[in-house]
Amino acid sequence: MTTGATPPKYKIKIDDDECMLCERCIDNCSYGVFRREGQKIVADSRKCTACHRCIAMCPRDAITLIEKPNDYRSHPLWTRDAREAIYKQANSGQIILSGMGNARDYPIIFDRIVLDACQVTNPSIDPLREPMELRTYIGKKPRQITLEKTKSGDCDLKTKLSPNLKLETPVMIGHMSYGAISLNAQLSMAKAVSEMGTFMGTGEGGLHKKLYPYQDHMIVQVASGRFGVDINYLERGAAIEIKIGQGAKPGIGGHLPGEKVEEEVSKTRMVPLHSDAISPAPHHDIYSIEDLAQLVRSLKEATEWKKPVFVKIAAVHNVAAIAAGIARSSADVVVVDGFRGGTGAAPRVFRDHVGIPIEAAIAAVDDKLRQQGIRNEVSLVASGGIRDSADLTKAIALGADAVYIGTAALIAMGCRVCGSCYRGLCPWGIATQKPELVSRINPDEASKNVANLIKGWTLELAELMGAAGINSLESLRGNRDRLRGYMLDEEMLKVLDIKPIGA
Amino acid sequence: MEPVTIDAKNLHYTPLNIRIRELIAEGKKKIILNNICGQRFIGNGIRGDDVEITVNGVPGGDLGMFMCGPTIIVRGNCDHAPGNTMDSGKIVIYGSAGDATAHSMRGGEVFVKCDIGYRGGIHMKEYSEKRPVLVVGGKAGSFSGEYMAGGLLIILGIDREAPVKGKGIGSGIHGGKIIIRGDIDEKLLGIGAKKEQLTEDDRKDLEKYLKEYCRLFDYDYKELSESVYTKIVPASARPFAGKYCWE
Repeated sequence: MTTGATPPKYKIKIDDDECMLCERCIDNCSYGVFRREGQKIVADSRKCTACHRCIAMCPRDAITLIEKPNDYRSHPLWTRDAREAIYKQANSGQIILSGMGNARDYPIIFDRIVLDACQVTNPSIDPLREPMELRTYIGKKPRQITLEKTKSGDCDLKTKLSPNLKLETPVMIGHMSYGAISLNAQLSMAKAVSEMGTFMGTGEGGLHKKLYPYQDHMIVQVASGRFGVDINYLERGAAIEIKIGQGAKPGIGGHLPGEKVEEEVSKTRMVPLHSDAISPAPHHDIYSIEDLAQLVRSLKEATEWKKPVFVKIAAVHNVAAIAAGIARSSADVVVVDGFRGGTGAAPRVFRDHVGIPIEAAIAAVDDKLRQQGIRNEVSLVASGGIRDSADLTKAIALGADAVYIGTAALIAMGCRVCGSCYRGLCPWGIATQKPELVSRINPDEASKNVANLIKGWTLELAELMGAAGINSLESLRGNRDRLRGYMLDEEMLKVLDIKPIGA
Repeated sequence: MEPVTIDAKNLHYTPLNIRIRELIAEGKKKIILNNICGQRFIGNGIRGDDVEITVNGVPGGDLGMFMCGPTIIVRGNCDHAPGNTMDSGKIVIYGSAGDATAHSMRGGEVFVKCDIGYRGGIHMKEYSEKRPVLVVGGKAGSFSGEYMAGGLLIILGIDREAPVKGKGIGSGIHGGKIIIRGDIDEKLLGIGAKKEQLTEDDRKDLEKYLKEYCRLFDYDYKELSESVYTKIVPASARPFAGKYCWE
């Protein structure tokens, strides 16, 4: 069968009048788009991923990139993507791999929810002069506390409290492993979360020794491959997260190809150089909630009950019942990752079609835990496609204690969402292990960008809360009366448990 | 040094583990646990190359998980996943063990005198000088050595009809090797696993662990050494290399 070559998706144009032949575009493009032919720079647009590195680095603004209009006969059903996927699979018989988050045009529920603000009757709060309580504690809370009066008339707390993480802002950075992303990218984020008084996840890639100074702000992950997991790793983390699932690819495992397992990655993951690091779909010691409870307690026992244990699952249709089970498994925190979550690599069909949006998932989980009377005992973290402080505020009002961000933190470091992370050639030095590319990130500078992003969102969150007449995060959490649905159907409003606009 | 004894009758696993840790911190090298009856997580995450713990009774799941150095001797059967994600050290079980024995083990040795359940040696991996070894005297269940990324799994099938009762041996195996006494039907192998003849190096490797098995459990080495063995290895070091194309 001859299917022919597909036309390029992007078109690079070089303005020869502006170009001074400095060849910076050639140096910067890790995909090999540019070459010099005599007194001209020539581009092979077919290789372009629209990462924008060339444009950002061109000193003469000589490069233009456009998304090439459809060359195929237009058709509402057989879109360009549909046709090109068929060509690819007809030629290869393989699974199509993709990066970043869901690339389908599903309606975004966050954008159909609006926040409330005070007018006249219930005055808004000015965050500039009123204290806004944004600090939150993540972890298990006691069902009740017992106090005992001392002789002097003071009260002593008799209840033994579980370890909690103290967050100065409800924004954490989710798990992106060393291997999937570069050490400089991890370092930048680690510095940022340390500065901002929050936390980040290690992903399933172990903890590189350069991250040890920030270990008090790291949540170490235990996934099905158990890469990099030993007792030292568990003891270093501020908390431990068991990864069951990921929003970008619910129900499947992970696979770091041997090409990316270079020396430092191999040391940190504790696998031989250039060997494939395969994380199977299930944990082979977890086949039920009871088994999960056993792993949770096993981790607590190994670390002497000093650390909160998170359990992360992908948002799927039965998520509320699953989360209720997790809440009873001794886990301290339930993390729900929605279907807009990012990934370094996932089969495209999973990324784009499996799972449910975080908005509905978090509302359903919060609701179920309340119904069962255990919402107050566990913390809930929402992740998967949190783009700005509005999404953050809405997620909390729908019931989350805090959020994980992923792609947003990468974008703060320069990522242009070109979606080619799985190729290991990231020209911004993020999703790559090539030293010449990794060095493009300066952790001191990039950490400032990430910290600024968190700072900005935190300020906006305080403003949004103030406008809604709320002065503490506790009062925002699960406060669905501060939300209204705009152009959402009745069933969706019921799931979100919010009123429509005007009501 | 005199061994220290703990009577674990009606003792919950947390105070039991706290006590074990205290004794290790005090410098005690030999600890005997009596009346163990299903307590889970014994010795999880403990350290100390010269520490030896004897368990009299039947321990619960995840015995010696994340353990780094010590030796645990179980005078009885064992529930599931002994040696789970173990870093180094040794576990010797004078009976049978449950499912997922030596799951994700990255170093150290586990010797089981009799049988193990399903998924034995699953996802064992090795790195640098650390090489996990699981030796099973009796039979193993389905999915043994599945996803193995390194290490050595030996199944002897002593006094059993067959060494492996079940299928899916070595599915997705991409490192390490499985050595089974006797022959094994190809049909029982999982995707990505293949049979091979033992090399001279394999025999030397095997000999070392057979001798240790016979020493620990007082078994006749001659009988084992004269048997026929089959080796199962990855059909490819990159079982998934050809599975994907780019967007």
